[in-house]
Amino acid sequence: MKIGIVRFPGSNCEDDAFHAVVDQLGEDAVMLWHKDHDLQHSDVVILPGGFAYGDYLRAGAIARFSPIMREVADHAESGGIVLGICNGFQIACEAGLLPGALLRNDVGYRSMPVTIRVEHANTAFTNAAKVGQCLTMPIAHGEGRFAASDELLDELESNGQVLFRYVDAAGDATVDANPNGAMRNIAGVCNAARNVIGLMPHPERAVDALLGSEDGLVLFESLLVAAHA
Amino acid sequence: MTRFRVSVHILPRRGLLDPQGKAVGDALHTLGFAAVGEVHVGRHIVIETAAKDAAAAEASVRTMCERLLANPVTEDYEIAGVAKE
Repeated sequence: MKIGIVRFPGSNCEDDAFHAVVDQLGEDAVMLWHKDHDLQHSDVVILPGGFAYGDYLRAGAIARFSPIMREVADHAESGGIVLGICNGFQIACEAGLLPGALLRNDVGYRSMPVTIRVEHANTAFTNAAKVGQCLTMPIAHGEGRFAASDELLDELESNGQVLFRYVDAAGDATVDANPNGAMRNIAGVCNAARNVIGLMPHPERAVDALLGSEDGLVLFESLLVAAHA
Repeated sequence: MTRFRVSVHILPRRGLLDPQGKAVGDALHTLGFAAVGEVHVGRHIVIETAAKDAAAAEASVRTMCERLLANPVTEDYEIAGVAKE
């Protein structure tokens, strides 16, 4: 499996993603420059975290017009897997690859470990996990408050597109467990076709016990399950 | 073609939590401005553009708002002014 990681001006988690998929997962990865129109035959595209274009205007609003986003959209349209992490999630939402929007947190910038609960295991990024499994990994963002209309939220719930929710130690999606005011404690979603996945927490920074958590590994291992399915 | 300066206000959609606006409103209350109600913080963008008339300049900026300047999911915009350069 070959994983392409898009580097935008202002990306800062692309090396963490590279480390996760190459050193920990043992797969091939390639850095993709945002100005190229070439995914280099990647099976999976990762839009990494960071502050693409300085988050000018709105997080992700400018990056979605980077040249390579046309190929990323084509890849998604043809069923290819796209994973947006943090700023990559914001870019995917701005690009219309994922539903909803990510607004300024209710309490400012948050950098801390959180616990998220896997709500559905039927995607390429969750199929090695169990439904209800709780994973600890860091967040580091100022604009991660997931928002959508009530109608859209209901639709996402009934389609099983809400993949991750912020929960407390007991696994309950409480107000106190919600680090940014996200509607319905939503930490991550997928598109209707289930091949584009976005989340605010950083699984690529939780792939090594030395760094505090390896709970993110199960999500990357899901990519292998999907590739060999 | 004439040069125009078009101003546009972009604000968080009513009903969505606006943490910046709330923080500013709380600070104003602390300062003693007890009459202050809701406060909203958004963006003010000024665009210089060429168009055949003011209506065309405004229409062009409205399209820019729909496509880039405002997020259709969470923000509303209003044209605040169209002036000849």
